[in-house]
Amino acid sequence: MSGPSTFVPKSALGRWFESRLPIMGLIHGSFVAYPTPRNLNYWWAFGAILSFMLVAQIITGIVLTMHYTPQVDLAFASVEHIMRDVNWGWFLRYAHSNGASMFFVAVYVHMFRGLYYGSYKAPREVLWILGVIIYLLMMATGFLGYTLPWGQMSFWGATVITNFFTAIPLVGDAVTTWLWGGYSVGNPTLNRFFALHYLLPFMIAGVVVLHVWALHVVGQNNPAGVEVKNVDRDTVPFTPYATIKDSFAVVCFMILYAWFIFYVPNYLGHADNYIEANPLSTPAHIVPEWYYLPFYAILRAIPSKLGGVTAMFGSIAILAFLPWLDTSRVRSASFRPMYRIFFWAFVLCCLGLGYLGAQPAEGGYIIAARLLTAFYFGFFIIILPLLGIFETPKPVPATIADAVLAKNGGAVMNPAE
Amino acid sequence: MTTASSVEPTRRDFLFIATGAAGAVGVGAVAWPLISQMNPDASTLAMASIEVDISAVPLGAIMTVKWRGKPVFIRHRTPKEIQEATDVPLAQLPDPQTDKARVQKPDWLVVVGICTHLGCVPIGQAGSRGDYDGWFCPCHGSQYDTSGRIRRGPAPKNLEVPAYSFLSDTKLKIG
Repeated sequence: MSGPSTFVPKSALGRWFESRLPIMGLIHGSFVAYPTPRNLNYWWAFGAILSFMLVAQIITGIVLTMHYTPQVDLAFASVEHIMRDVNWGWFLRYAHSNGASMFFVAVYVHMFRGLYYGSYKAPREVLWILGVIIYLLMMATGFLGYTLPWGQMSFWGATVITNFFTAIPLVGDAVTTWLWGGYSVGNPTLNRFFALHYLLPFMIAGVVVLHVWALHVVGQNNPAGVEVKNVDRDTVPFTPYATIKDSFAVVCFMILYAWFIFYVPNYLGHADNYIEANPLSTPAHIVPEWYYLPFYAILRAIPSKLGGVTAMFGSIAILAFLPWLDTSRVRSASFRPMYRIFFWAFVLCCLGLGYLGAQPAEGGYIIAARLLTAFYFGFFIIILPLLGIFETPKPVPATIADAVLAKNGGAVMNPAE
Repeated sequence: MTTASSVEPTRRDFLFIATGAAGAVGVGAVAWPLISQMNPDASTLAMASIEVDISAVPLGAIMTVKWRGKPVFIRHRTPKEIQEATDVPLAQLPDPQTDKARVQKPDWLVVVGICTHLGCVPIGQAGSRGDYDGWFCPCHGSQYDTSGRIRRGPAPKNLEVPAYSFLSDTKLKIG
């Protein structure tokens, strides 16, 4: 997509520096002159929103560590200290805890957008898999961070999640003891979770660099799902077009974020987490954070420990194989009438699993969770491979410019001509 | 570099293999402490056993003590509960084990209070002991009987019986 940089700094100092470290040219080529498909809609703004959220989480997180104490007798009180005594502490903590939720809202929209428009198909398989890795790292980071306030949900969430590893045959117990640094979740566990919670966001940042790099090698997908054929006709430069659009979307997203922080900061949390951790008493109803609920529902739907844990991890791992499970050569769901129906059914399935994950594991809820779990896996293993064979796609526009033309019914306004 | 096997090995070949071997051993030697440091430390291991006075536990009651950071249930079983535990045919148990194999004295059942599913603490207060008079796990619905054996639900195994011994009629050593 991006050819050799033609960037020449205006100042003599800039040219002197550029000939020694061409970083301004790299930035110019990636975020200014970089050609973006002219038909991108607002669903494509979530990459920028996610970048914003990562930075917001790292900044609020680093500031919070200046006041937090990762020790079992002091952790809970230090969080209350942040809430009551530290200047603006309540704001920083609410921004960080709700920021995690906003991060996941954005990543789910981003992933479903990729699913709808076939963004994982060749040549974007590596780009997609890097995204799955980022998602896994996000889940690990969110889980580790939720342990730190050392409330009842923190402790029992950590206990249940680390016990997943006891399901591993033969070495399960040894692995779990190793993760805990003891015979149960305790001070060594809290300490290492804190260290890892601080580390992982920077690993995410590293994989994000690879993700953006891979994106800029193959170029962005777009709502029409056809490749850029003529840079002048099919694309517009990143700046100002995408920069302004992305910035506007970030600001709109921040309104939602701010609403949570200032009006309902505890809506997405659990009251039980304002009770200090007690290793001798499990809360009556353990529920993970909302962004893990669909996977929790899958875990509980399988009536076997190893089976449940395998299905849960499998439901995430299967995403990495998506580029090869979808056999259709047409990318965008706009031209795939049957896929579009199954896509929305899959969205409803995920929302349904999320609802069931929050309900007690009994009676009709378990039956419903089993049906939806079957559909979840069926979507990837049966529906997607078969659709490519049986579905008749609608005619796909030859170029992005044609797609824009067909939509607007007029001539393409071309700023480059 | 050498191009044919008949050619004498050069000093560079030797250095390549020697450095590679030293590097592999070195990485392994450094990785071991980095991995091992996460296992339980000496202070954690030192708290491995406790002594408990059980004289105050009335018939039918359950005492909970903390051992290695986990709850241990010490249950003073009634004759009816002992009867229930011994009467069950082994074929009905997901993890078959006789009651006799799980207790030292029939009156006293000692089990680790950690559900073998995902580590929650089962509930055993009078009135909410589940369908089998034992324990009920609130997290995912596992039911245990009066011998701490799994009867129904997702847990695969019976509640663990820790290593313990009676120091006297009223004194118990766990661990």
